[in-house]
Amino acid sequence: MELTVWTYEGPPHVGAMRIANSMRDVHFVLHAPQGDTYADLLFTMIERNKKRPPVTYTTFQARDLSGDTAEIFKIAAREAVERFKPQALLVGASCTAELIQDDPGGLAKALGLNVPVVPLELPSYQKKENWGAAETFYRLVRAFAGGAGKPDVAPEQASCNILGPSSLGFRNRDDILEVKKIVEALGIRINTIAPLGASPADLARIPQANFNIVLYPEIADNAARWLKRQFGQEMVATTPIGVGATQDFIKAVAEAAGVDVPASLVESGAERLSWYSRSIDSNYLTGKRVFIFGDATHAVAAARIASEELGFKVCGLGTYSREFARDVREAAAKYGVEPLISDNHLDVEDAIIAAQPELVLGTQMERHAAKRLRIPCAVISSPVHVQDFPARYSPQMGFEGANVIFDSWVHPLMMGLEEHLLQMFRGDFEFNDDAGSSHLGHGHGGPAANANAATDVAEEQATAHAEPVAAVADGDPSWTQDAERELRKIPFFVRGKARRNTESYAAQNGLNPITIETLYDAKAHFGR
Amino acid sequence: MTVVYSAPVPAQTCAPETADRRDVLKQRGQHEVFCGLTSIMWLHRKMQDAFFLIVGSRTCAHLMQSAAGVMIFAEPRFATAIIDERDLAGMADMNEELDKVVTRLLTRRSDIKLLVLVGSCPSEVIKLDLPRAASRLNGEHSPVCRVMAYSGSGIETTFTQGEDNFLAALVADMPAEAPGAPASLVVVGALGDVVEDQMMRVFDGLGVGPVRFLPSRSSTTLPPVGPNTRFILAQPWVGTCAQALERRGATRISAPFPLGEEGSTAWYSAIADSFGVPQAKFDAITGPGRERARRAVERYRPVLEGKSVFLFPDSQLEPSLARFLSRELSTSIVEIGTPYLNRDVVGPELAMMPDSVRVSEGQDVERQIDRVESDNPDLIICGMGLGNPFEAQGRSTKWSIEFVFTPIQGYEQAGDLAELIARPLMRRSLLKVGT
Repeated sequence: MELTVWTYEGPPHVGAMRIANSMRDVHFVLHAPQGDTYADLLFTMIERNKKRPPVTYTTFQARDLSGDTAEIFKIAAREAVERFKPQALLVGASCTAELIQDDPGGLAKALGLNVPVVPLELPSYQKKENWGAAETFYRLVRAFAGGAGKPDVAPEQASCNILGPSSLGFRNRDDILEVKKIVEALGIRINTIAPLGASPADLARIPQANFNIVLYPEIADNAARWLKRQFGQEMVATTPIGVGATQDFIKAVAEAAGVDVPASLVESGAERLSWYSRSIDSNYLTGKRVFIFGDATHAVAAARIASEELGFKVCGLGTYSREFARDVREAAAKYGVEPLISDNHLDVEDAIIAAQPELVLGTQMERHAAKRLRIPCAVISSPVHVQDFPARYSPQMGFEGANVIFDSWVHPLMMGLEEHLLQMFRGDFEFNDDAGSSHLGHGHGGPAANANAATDVAEEQATAHAEPVAAVADGDPSWTQDAERELRKIPFFVRGKARRNTESYAAQNGLNPITIETLYDAKAHFGR
Repeated sequence: MTVVYSAPVPAQTCAPETADRRDVLKQRGQHEVFCGLTSIMWLHRKMQDAFFLIVGSRTCAHLMQSAAGVMIFAEPRFATAIIDERDLAGMADMNEELDKVVTRLLTRRSDIKLLVLVGSCPSEVIKLDLPRAASRLNGEHSPVCRVMAYSGSGIETTFTQGEDNFLAALVADMPAEAPGAPASLVVVGALGDVVEDQMMRVFDGLGVGPVRFLPSRSSTTLPPVGPNTRFILAQPWVGTCAQALERRGATRISAPFPLGEEGSTAWYSAIADSFGVPQAKFDAITGPGRERARRAVERYRPVLEGKSVFLFPDSQLEPSLARFLSRELSTSIVEIGTPYLNRDVVGPELAMMPDSVRVSEGQDVERQIDRVESDNPDLIICGMGLGNPFEAQGRSTKWSIEFVFTPIQGYEQAGDLAELIARPLMRRSLLKVGT
């Protein structure tokens, strides 16, 4: 039994719903109690879909348990097929229905429906949402592409499938357009994109392509590996998030298709991140400490961009996707940080506090933690809020994706000159901690403007929270009044770090109390 | 300023005795409703020293964070103890695991005075005895923190019924009133703090008291109950709690619910009658509020008058909302859908509605959507899962969940309630884009 307040992933049947909702002509009959229909609003509210997800819930109640819940399932399945006339019927159980063991797969088979049935086993008490999505996609691909056996003629050399984009995926809607642009510019035919927008008939055509592009391994890795084994389709698993990764992706795709990369593709001038990052205005970004957490694909990609393309210092890297923890561990080793593999948001918050970042790149959960800690933040991965399905075009992939990333990561930060002025004129009546930085909207990293007394709340919270992590406490060093006053002259966004650095320096050197001298000795010792 | 007021002519009139004979449409199919756990969203804000620990699955936790988008709270006073494979396989003793979770939680949150174990679908299906666990844990942690249990599972409760079960469980903990205590009043069902304060001013004016609210704002100030206690429901979903109060000797005052001028007056009037308040005093105290409420509602009449409204089942407030819409704003009600029809509680509301109004209990959402297509109403009051799909078809909708999360009761909120319902139609006439 595990105590949870917020969760990064829903149960596996929500993953299955994401696949059903991604596709055309698929319907999902979910054996589930009343109340599980809340999941509909993930799609109608958060993603603002114009249609209800193609899901029928049996919504059995307590009084049905003594009767025949299996019969309720059969009626629901029969009526769903009649009403929605899908090309394929997915059947499965949610956590409660799993306990009553009605076997939706067996029941649906016995009904003799005039539509292919794909039964799903979704172990709710072991697995989670992304696993459920990957499993569902794999089962569907197997069911529809597998029947045909190997194609009679060899697949054409320059055609591919794009696998992985799905409903509720972070910016998948726009990523797919960027990736299509690249693939088409290489002169490669796109055979199928799945699951987003595909029908079961489209899945059946998957084997006709030469190779598969796996955009989101969290969703498509299982299916792509099976396709490789079954049909010998190569996998391109480079995720084109960031300039370098996009260039690598282009190379990998061209190689898989056996085509040359046209010069225009990389020299079109559409990519602005590299120049913006080199421009003198970006100098102040150097060495900014950034904490990264998300699904494995986005977290690993973000770490590379942060380090190689923006000149940040990665001070924390982690993921909630245990299935892809290895990728994150490898990346963490590269950036010299301890990988954080956890689905407990409180552990992640503690790690953020301990890492003292100047920017947090995370999910909706980290956005809240960063807000409490008054650290600038940008969202890079699911789970996300309604505002992360923006009206505007805002991909993460490809060169335009890199442009979008530059803007959305840099804008929450205080601009270079502003940072300097704040440091020089801390006592300024309108340009101080409480005023926040000029470009930040209300409640976005800027301290509460209402009470001076509240200024240090976050810092104090941070210090309080950090205690168990810090474990420096060989008797807390005390600060002289002068030193405390001097510390307060340091801008709030680095004050916590300065305090901790000074205290650990004092502890190491047996200095107590901390004076102004200690503060500056520590500064000299640690550097910026 | 002189305000000329003319009483609205109800769009539909009927004889009160028709209510009991009314045919109710019952269909078995997909219920597109929340489970009772969702009521924790407001209960944990209402009772500020209570913590709600759901014993359930990842689905329960996911519901809590998805349903209401409440992640604004740094440390909400609810959480889920997620049952995992080890618990189910018997590799871990579930009661021991629960004790561990509770101890960890209480160590971290010393501000908790009442820990509420909330049963879910999985915990009910595996027959995990939470009341028993609560009594064991109570022995361990009270008086510092009391522990109780109720079920908010989807197999037993729909949305607001979760509050009903919670309040019914609280009744057992209410102290007995002192022997020979004067008549007192308990108002049952969570209300906005502002609504409670307004009601208290009216009760003070009427000379009715002492008056207490259930749920109380703190777990340590539960109202006393006994034969001299009278109670009135402020929300239609607290029928089980009403029975529990009656079992403790309290007497129920029956009335329509305090929505709109008419409902509020009928509600206060039933209380005033019970406490022997003279009519002249009642008129003097409620007069200004009634006048303000009529005036405020009147502003939205042009938007809503003559419009047809279809209500999907959600909170059990639907009969009361329909009555308000029909009688004070002259809308025409096509269907009143309600998850559960407690005639004993909403009978007075239905009695004020004409026979032509279709009433449905429970749900087959697909068939109900079919009826929307054939009825083609001007406004649909429905849940969040259905709203956008209807809007995308060019229909106007109002999220029903807002009636539970917004102060709408009493004279001062009557206009707000009318505005809330009129807003989608007003918005539609403002927008020059889309369809």
